[in-house]
Amino acid sequence: MSLTPSNGSARRAYDGVVMCAPVTIPYVRYSTDTAHWWIGRALHQLTGTAGIRPRDIDGLVLSSFTTGADSAVGMTQHLGLSPRWLDHVPMGGASGIIGLRRAARAVQNGDAQFVAVVAGDTNHVDSFRKTLSSFSRFAQDAVYPYGSGGANASFALITRNYMNMFGAKREDFGKLCVAQRDNALSIPFAMMKKKLTLEEYMKARPISDPLHLFDCVMPCAGAEAFLVCREDVAKSLGLPAVRVLSTIERHNSFPDDPIQYRGGWAMDVEEFWQMAGVKADDVDLLETYDDYPVIVTLQFEDLGFCKKGEGKDFIRQHTFTTDGTFPHNTSGGQLSTGQAGAAGGHLGITEAIRQLTGQPIGKPVQDAKIAVVSGFGMINYDRGLSSGAAVLARAS
Amino acid sequence: MVSNPASDLLGFARRVASGSIKVVDLTQTLTQEFPTIVLPPEFGQAAPFRLEEISRYDERGPAWYWNNFTVSEHAGTHFDAPIHWISGKDLPNNAVDTIDPRKFIAPANVVDCSAESAANADFELTVPFLEAWEKEHGRIGAGEWVLLRTDWSKKPYSEYAGMRDDGAHTPGPVPEAVKWLVEERDVHGFGTETIGTDHGQGHHFNPPFPAHFYMHGKGRFGLQCLTNLDQLPPKGAVIFSAPLKIKQGSGSPLRVLALVEAA
Amino acid sequence: MTEPLKRPKRKDPLKRTQQPLYPQSVRSRTAHGLTKAAAEGRFELQTCDDCSTVFYPPRDACPNCLSDRVPFRPVDDNGKLIADTTIRTSTDPYFRERTPWRVGLTKLDAGPVILSHLHGDVLEGQRVRLALKLDKGGAPVMIALPEKDTPNMADDPHLREMTCDPKFRRVLITDGRTPVGQAMAKAFSDAGANIVFVGIADPWKPFPGQDELKKIERVEIVALDVTDSESVTEQAEQNGGRIDIVINTAEHIRAGGIMQRHGVTVAREEMDVRYFGLMRLAQAFGPAMRGRGADGVNSATAFVNLLSVHALMNWPQYGAYSAAEAASLSAAQCLRAELRSGGVRVMNVFFGPLDTEWFQTVPPPKVTPAALAKAVVQALQHGLEDVFVGDIAEDIRARLAANPKALERELAG
Repeated sequence: MSLTPSNGSARRAYDGVVMCAPVTIPYVRYSTDTAHWWIGRALHQLTGTAGIRPRDIDGLVLSSFTTGADSAVGMTQHLGLSPRWLDHVPMGGASGIIGLRRAARAVQNGDAQFVAVVAGDTNHVDSFRKTLSSFSRFAQDAVYPYGSGGANASFALITRNYMNMFGAKREDFGKLCVAQRDNALSIPFAMMKKKLTLEEYMKARPISDPLHLFDCVMPCAGAEAFLVCREDVAKSLGLPAVRVLSTIERHNSFPDDPIQYRGGWAMDVEEFWQMAGVKADDVDLLETYDDYPVIVTLQFEDLGFCKKGEGKDFIRQHTFTTDGTFPHNTSGGQLSTGQAGAAGGHLGITEAIRQLTGQPIGKPVQDAKIAVVSGFGMINYDRGLSSGAAVLARAS
Repeated sequence: MVSNPASDLLGFARRVASGSIKVVDLTQTLTQEFPTIVLPPEFGQAAPFRLEEISRYDERGPAWYWNNFTVSEHAGTHFDAPIHWISGKDLPNNAVDTIDPRKFIAPANVVDCSAESAANADFELTVPFLEAWEKEHGRIGAGEWVLLRTDWSKKPYSEYAGMRDDGAHTPGPVPEAVKWLVEERDVHGFGTETIGTDHGQGHHFNPPFPAHFYMHGKGRFGLQCLTNLDQLPPKGAVIFSAPLKIKQGSGSPLRVLALVEAA
Repeated sequence: MTEPLKRPKRKDPLKRTQQPLYPQSVRSRTAHGLTKAAAEGRFELQTCDDCSTVFYPPRDACPNCLSDRVPFRPVDDNGKLIADTTIRTSTDPYFRERTPWRVGLTKLDAGPVILSHLHGDVLEGQRVRLALKLDKGGAPVMIALPEKDTPNMADDPHLREMTCDPKFRRVLITDGRTPVGQAMAKAFSDAGANIVFVGIADPWKPFPGQDELKKIERVEIVALDVTDSESVTEQAEQNGGRIDIVINTAEHIRAGGIMQRHGVTVAREEMDVRYFGLMRLAQAFGPAMRGRGADGVNSATAFVNLLSVHALMNWPQYGAYSAAEAASLSAAQCLRAELRSGGVRVMNVFFGPLDTEWFQTVPPPKVTPAALAKAVVQALQHGLEDVFVGDIAEDIRARLAANPKALERELAG
């Protein structure tokens, strides 16, 4: 099957490739363990779930901010793996989708049979501050010295601008946060365990205007992983699996926008749906990258669930709860479950695999067949640079 | 009774120890603040006294305290050797290291012009003044110091230096007086309380700086920045003034002591 | 509108002095192009020599055409503040104790969008001027200022973190015997300093201007001789704990090259005043200043060295003097590194020949002591680090940047 995307070149479908064995190592606020430990736990559980031996893993995609001097290569020796195919995807919240893209092609082309896509980060008491100050050269030169508000300050500016441009209100963003909290209440390892009301959201402590406490994720330690392999292999292992209908990724999109009000998805949305062969209306659940609710709103718009600038109306039309209309971030998302570093971009993927294969941790989305997962990451200077998305479908 | 030179010397020592011979310290303490001679700024300048700690029971030297100091040969209470001045540059044994050490001990005549100096900072020591002094106190002997008491050492530094926009205003000898002391009285040297042996306006005399010119030209010595001259009798004090033995030194800060009979 | 700064109350002696902190000051090598511009008070951004694109943050290739010919050049500093935020929680200890802290994004007319600190008088949606400043850690930062000057704008607390305004501060001028020292005393008194201590060495030696100096408001004459360690230590013991700005005016200017010096007596004096003098001042006053870098409105803020521009390249006509100036400059650079942790700026002011007696035979253009003093006050008000005063100084700076070898040869005559 071939497609002709907007740029005229053909996109090959991911025929015969599936994702399975979703793994989440329960998050903790602070960990005295290392990223190596978290990644090791995730791979251990992955092989257990898949019923394979560690040495069967012949492909690995690793994402982490906190492995220190160790790259993915170093990690193979640390963990005793001998993969014939290895990738390191340091793309923050876009790493999950982009790791999936890399892994799917490797499996499809026979370069590897079992590709483990894993992300894990620890969270030491002072590691968040250190990560912020040395996140990137632009962050070091041109962001961190300005109040050191971290991503909160950067996204506050994006949020402020979005509100100014399109008339979205704090209450709109609040509705998303409240819905996600509802979803998280059935997830045992979510950082946030108490119900959130809109009133509490509105009255929360200001962080960086207009962002308040519940607009911000809580950094934590944790790990996520899933396996990419051929559909027949998954079937022979008895693993429930999902197919990959379409993917996109984009970096440094719209560099001339003075301030970010759309993400890279908007550049590729047409091809995204064309390749998938389904429409936005067909989607049963959406797992967005929710570092801040404004970015969720951009994803609603840029992935075609509503028009640019109509995010607030879209929000007002739906409940976004797992059992309501337009189930969204059914794991609670990072806003309620926590942001386990680079694993934040994998959280939606493992959740979607579970929902599509009928093995959710929390509440199920009834009869979920099609899911869209999107990722977003790497605020380098004034905006997130990397975006990606995938349409996933229940196999068979 | 024949005197025994050895026991005379020991007797002297005993008298010093007992206080029947009094030791008067004629020396100013060497401090950073003490004025030094001021020349026009384009000339080389005499370095004032400066003290730099080497260590003081600290990481630079845990159990000891000591300093380095820098100072000109001509700062504080100091001695002028004949080589200091152009008129004495070719004399034999004219530097502090080659002067016969016997010359560091000599009697003193103390000429009191403190009242005149108090009345007039530009007081000039003249031959008639000296002759009048001799009439009262006796002739100035050959090989003896003449020390000029002005009580200048008691003044605050600004008055002590006496700097005005036309130079220093401090008492001192006129050329004829110095010439007279050297040629008619064959004195050992000339000492003052002021910054120099010369009058504050001495550069306008002919020759300029006569105390330097005539004294050093004839191999005589200078002492300046003396203090406590008011504790000396007009005659009878013996001065100990041994400069540091600096190779070809033109002078040196030194400790000047006067021995006087206790009253 | 900025609330005018109030004269600080006397300090509560039972209160702990706030310890100095400073924002993260690590920068990439390329970003130090901003450090240079900020240090000298210019607004410069990288501008592509090939396609004229102006861009930011600093990069090593043009984001439009990938050219690597991307020098920092002066650019239009006007733009519009398109979004602002008030940071209320910060991970950095420096900002943490200064929140709320506003930052915002400005779209410059020249092209790039710049995240900057905000002056209190700028509002979202308004036209602004961006300025490059050095922050408390000596690192270059942008701040958006009102398009047109507003009343008391220098008193803005965020801006004042980036400047060394003498207003309400206590200043020590190390040598008041010279015309330059006296001009400084006048200028700092006029600039609103709380006390202007003026050091006088050898008080028994009268000097021109003495009476006028004593009449200047808020001038207090103190004993200080930079060539005397004891004198410097004693002065620091008396007043070091309340001196916020040191202006080292001690000078030793004599014509002549090093062969003409005929021995090292004068050269030693030059070094004693200019090199050891600085060292004595640094040792005596530096530690207390470094400890008081965050001590409220009148924190210790700057150590100013007045330097001949020939510290940067020897002028053989005043060759030995130039050498001593170079030694002083080098020591000042070291002092800058040492005081940086206290948020205390070392400002080097490079001047061309002065219109004073020691440059009597040098033809104009020359810098009058009053002009030099005015430049120093303004540079502190702007928070500069390297200041060039007068046409000769500017000329030397430009020639040094263009071709140091040519400058060396040409100064040799």
